[in-house]
Amino acid sequence: MTFSRTKRAPAAMPGLGLSLGITLTWLSLIALIPLAALVVRAGSLGWQGWLNAVSGERVWLSLRLSFGASLIAAALDTAAGLLIAWVLCRNKVPFKAFWDVLVDLPFALPTAVAGIALTALWVPDGWLGQLVAPFGWRIAFAEPGVVVALTFIGLPFVVRTIQPVLQSAEKELEEAAESLGASPAQIIWRVVLPSLRPALLTGFALAFARAVGEYGSVIFICGNIPMKTEITPLLIVARLEQYDYAGATALATIMLGFSALILAALQFLQKGRRTALR
Amino acid sequence: MIRIVLTFLAMAWLSVMVLAPVVIVLFAGLSAGVGAWWSAINDEETRTSVALSLKIAAIVVPCNAVFGIAAAWALARFRFPGRALLLALLDLPLSVSPVVSGLVFVLLFGAQGWFGAWLQAHDIQIIFAIPGIVLATAFVTLPMVARELLPLLESQGEDAELAARTLGASGWQTFWLVSFPRMRGALAYGVLLCTARALGEFGAVSVVSGHIRGQTDTLPLHVEILHNEYHFQAAFAAASLLLLVGVATLLLRRLQTPESAH
Repeated sequence: MTFSRTKRAPAAMPGLGLSLGITLTWLSLIALIPLAALVVRAGSLGWQGWLNAVSGERVWLSLRLSFGASLIAAALDTAAGLLIAWVLCRNKVPFKAFWDVLVDLPFALPTAVAGIALTALWVPDGWLGQLVAPFGWRIAFAEPGVVVALTFIGLPFVVRTIQPVLQSAEKELEEAAESLGASPAQIIWRVVLPSLRPALLTGFALAFARAVGEYGSVIFICGNIPMKTEITPLLIVARLEQYDYAGATALATIMLGFSALILAALQFLQKGRRTALR
Repeated sequence: MIRIVLTFLAMAWLSVMVLAPVVIVLFAGLSAGVGAWWSAINDEETRTSVALSLKIAAIVVPCNAVFGIAAAWALARFRFPGRALLLALLDLPLSVSPVVSGLVFVLLFGAQGWFGAWLQAHDIQIIFAIPGIVLATAFVTLPMVARELLPLLESQGEDAELAARTLGASGWQTFWLVSFPRMRGALAYGVLLCTARALGEFGAVSVVSGHIRGQTDTLPLHVEILHNEYHFQAAFAAASLLLLVGVATLLLRRLQTPESAH
């Protein structure tokens, strides 16, 4: 391996060896070797063993719930996040700083705290649960509860991806549209949205990725009913608790593969965005 | 008119989806008065769990801070083969499910794990003990300092360091006298974020901890235990501590952003 800079000018920027050494050592010890161990362990199951471990109705239902609820949540976050980002960037909002801080709260709130708080809110006699109970809607301890929790944790990903793009976008374009008689809805739909598409897609992917793997905020509100409200991470934990290491490992490889896929997709999206900006 | 409606809608969404959970944590924690809130926090087991969480953070954060400085330095100051891959791998711990983050250590060090038999023979316990919690927490918070430093180092460029080198400074002198003072703000914020996440991590820690009361239950796990035993007021009182840590990090970022925004 040749490192062009160190070769050409030995006294230039110092510390490549040391910093790269520390980086690779710690990254390998804490993350790469353990993740590799997971893959090797899954490999030792063999193709048939792996397939057996990830088939069956309980697995299928958990995957469907995890991915389905995450898709719904990410879609809700994209819609709400676009609205919130646009309002915060363009409109006069009372106590703007307050709302702006609030957007980041799901990032900063430990998932267990979010979980018990959302559960308390949405149980049938909770503050919000009793508002929807007359309609016969059950949120906590049912599938919608999973969506509520995943929507909560995903929101900042969308807002924080859109906001910088919206801020740097030319406000004049929107003002021109407004002066030409466009309604706010038309401005959003015709002027704002097209320039935001890559950012929206990135925000959606980030929220979706986070939602699929989420555990802490969901397990309280979902009620842990196998085959009904059991998300895949919860099924992994259930299998671990029964010392079914093979079953847990096989499911974990699906989650890991999905994470890698989303990371690759995001890299691709960001590359596209960077070249689009140039 | 439509502007007002849209503004109202945005604020309504934030109020119902984000503000309400915060309010209910404080409300439910204080529902029996400040005295009950305090006695729930001052409870023996809660205090032990707070101490354990702080201990874990005290081990993990310095390691990840050194790693963060090294990784940001290597990635911002040098171009080398595999750099793009390294950048992508750096993000992996943040995008993997926390349950998977815990599971990998169980597979390595658990009773049926690769090193399980060896560890048992030597009477070393990692899973269902503090070392396992440290490892899982380190995994989950791995890139947090690096991600704060990397954009800063990249935007600063390397002119100052190269100037110092040309004037005859050694590598370490360049780092301590030129680079380090300029990254202190971002480093402090990265450390803060990393600490907050280390204190609050739930999923990964829950998989490796074994939930042994008074021994391996960190503060978030203790919140879960209290909640599962229907001690709701106590659970929310303990949760309010974690909420305060989270809110503090958000407010400190507000203070930090104006100068680092440029």
